[in-house]
Amino acid sequence: MSADKQLFTVSVYTENNIGLLNRISAIFQRRHINIESLNTSPSEIESVSRFTIVVNMTEENIKKIIGQIEKQVEVIKAYYHTEEEIIYQESCIFKMKSGLLFDERQIQNIIKESNARIVTVNRDFFVIEKSGRKEELELLYRELSVFGIMQFTRSGRIAVSKEEMKISTMLEAFQD
Amino acid sequence: MDTKTIKKEAKSNETTQRISGSEAVVRCLLEEGVKVLYGYPGGAIMPVYDELYKYQGKIHHVLARHEQGATHAAQGYARISGEVGVAIATSGPGATNLITGIADAQIDSTPMVCITGQVGSHLLGSDAFQETDIVGISTPVTKWNCQVTKASDIPAVLAKAFYIAKSGRPGPVLVDITKDAQFEEFDFNYKKCTGIRSYTAVPKTEKASVEAAAKLINAAKKPLVVWGQGVILSEAEEAFKAVIEKAGIPSAWTILGASAIPTSHPLNVGMVGMHGNYAPNVLTNECDLLIAVGMRFDDRVTGNLATYAKQAKVIHFEIDPAEINKNVKADVAVLGDAKASLETILPLINENSHTEWHQKFKDLYAIEYEKVIKNDLYPTKEGLTMGEVLNQINIQSKGEAAIVSDVGQHQMIACRYAEFNQTKSNITSGGLGTMGFGLPAAIGAKMAKPEREVVSISGDGGYQMTIQELGTIFQQKAAVKVVVLNNDFLGMVRQWQQLFFDKRYASTEMVNPNFVAIAEGYYIRARKVTTREELVEAVAEMMASKEAYFLEVCVEKEDNVFPMIPTGASVSDIRLE
Repeated sequence: MSADKQLFTVSVYTENNIGLLNRISAIFQRRHINIESLNTSPSEIESVSRFTIVVNMTEENIKKIIGQIEKQVEVIKAYYHTEEEIIYQESCIFKMKSGLLFDERQIQNIIKESNARIVTVNRDFFVIEKSGRKEELELLYRELSVFGIMQFTRSGRIAVSKEEMKISTMLEAFQD
Repeated sequence: MDTKTIKKEAKSNETTQRISGSEAVVRCLLEEGVKVLYGYPGGAIMPVYDELYKYQGKIHHVLARHEQGATHAAQGYARISGEVGVAIATSGPGATNLITGIADAQIDSTPMVCITGQVGSHLLGSDAFQETDIVGISTPVTKWNCQVTKASDIPAVLAKAFYIAKSGRPGPVLVDITKDAQFEEFDFNYKKCTGIRSYTAVPKTEKASVEAAAKLINAAKKPLVVWGQGVILSEAEEAFKAVIEKAGIPSAWTILGASAIPTSHPLNVGMVGMHGNYAPNVLTNECDLLIAVGMRFDDRVTGNLATYAKQAKVIHFEIDPAEINKNVKADVAVLGDAKASLETILPLINENSHTEWHQKFKDLYAIEYEKVIKNDLYPTKEGLTMGEVLNQINIQSKGEAAIVSDVGQHQMIACRYAEFNQTKSNITSGGLGTMGFGLPAAIGAKMAKPEREVVSISGDGGYQMTIQELGTIFQQKAAVKVVVLNNDFLGMVRQWQQLFFDKRYASTEMVNPNFVAIAEGYYIRARKVTTREELVEAVAEMMASKEAYFLEVCVEKEDNVFPMIPTGASVSDIRLE
């Protein structure tokens, strides 16, 4: 077990209840841990929510955090994974002036080469969307920023694990 | 009572009654067997109080003098009885005043349900009068909490609240009910909660872990048990005794584990931790096997973790998986309920006596006795010691009293020297160290077990933090024996100032009022003792009293509590002077 800090992606399966986000974020806050990104969404199981949280810490400490998260009454199960153990994506959106599309021809090449997508174009602005790893999104940001970005936003990480997470079996066991 | 019984549906045999949310709250409490609750009325909880008025023959509401006192009383009730304590308050300041007791119950694993009134749901978030986000505020210090805005949710939420508070590792739960939900009528039907799919109250005990633990115990030459409140909470006292007796293991306790087995038990080697006994602290760093049962390796127990029992293998019997490897790495973790785990391991362990190893504890006890205990219990100097007061209480209660202590020097003395014959007899604020806990907790304890002698022991500082609960004692005629060990100082802080801050006594000297007059103002019989000659007789008078009694003992002003492990030091570097 490495004593160095590294990125971990925490996946938390929970009941969909008001206040649970507060309860989970408080676990990090209390220990003075900064959350790199946090995403909540439905999961593959009906009525079960899924949190995806990215933090930079040691494996010893993430294990303790997982224990504290699982201790919460409405948490069904929590997992942590290293970068190698998951498939992950982030998404970002750029809003830029429409004129640039015609004045700065290389923008179209940048979009093509980065596998980004134009979502919409109108008289005043156009919107580019890109999903991928953080570094790819950052590269695209750097390339586009020279032309002037009107608005930019990036989502939290979402991730699936390479290995199975046995939530359904756990829930079925409770039914019996 | 004017409620109408109607049949729910033709196919169902369950009868439901159309009642208000507020009546449902009281009915739920009755369904859960609640006989006493502690609280303070106010605007947003008035509908529930109106129902408590109607149900007063069935459920007894105790009016505290401050909501914090209500929570501590509920805690005292829970700690002596093992049942869920209940506290109730209004919104806003009523609710925020509960927080200290809730935080105390959380860190000391005390089952408690707190019910708060809340402004009407249409006013939520509007900064309405006495509106506060109590669910948000209480989140980090509750095991679970929930806001109810619909009357029909009340039965299921309260059923869940009681289940969560009591099951597994117990803790406090807060249910916040909006005023409109209290007024709303609905068809009441109560079903007890028996499980929640996302919550494992008691983790499964792996057979392999029990076998591995038994193997280590059988191979150990110098084993040491440290037990905590888990033994009491799972009512594992007999199973625990059977295990340590069979394996002949010297056993020490954390502050909250005290009284699980009698003080006089030959295998009881005393308290671990900062002001614990010399032998178990020193020998923690000499044992070859440390067996932790229902305890959590608090920093006040372990001292410096880097030098804590590094030579020993560690077995950790624990119900809460998050405690495993949190502070001390376990070689074998036995998850599960302490009672079940101990009963499972009993046939697997060999009989042993470890006579030589025991002798080491006796030798170190002799040193502690000469340097500390003798002078505490049988002082020859002029001033009274806290220890000799405890000694008198021990003698005159014959070890049958429940001792409810506050926080500070007197607490350490009480826990070190109180003699206990019965379990659930040491009620104190361990984890949070809440000054002001003692007096109200003693009220709750006495009301839960009126047949028991309950002695509240406080210092002059903490006593004044909840002194207004004398009013509750008076109104309830609770026969609590209240002892204040008065040294005119915030003694523990003063001790630290003396030892670590060159005697700069910053704001620790107390100019105290006439405590006897205050008690008498509440019509409580009271006495003040300043000399050794009066002490025996005064304690006798207190113990003989059938009613509440207040005894102030003026003790030596600048006595210190020893032994002591300075912060950051190793347990084996414990100081005797």
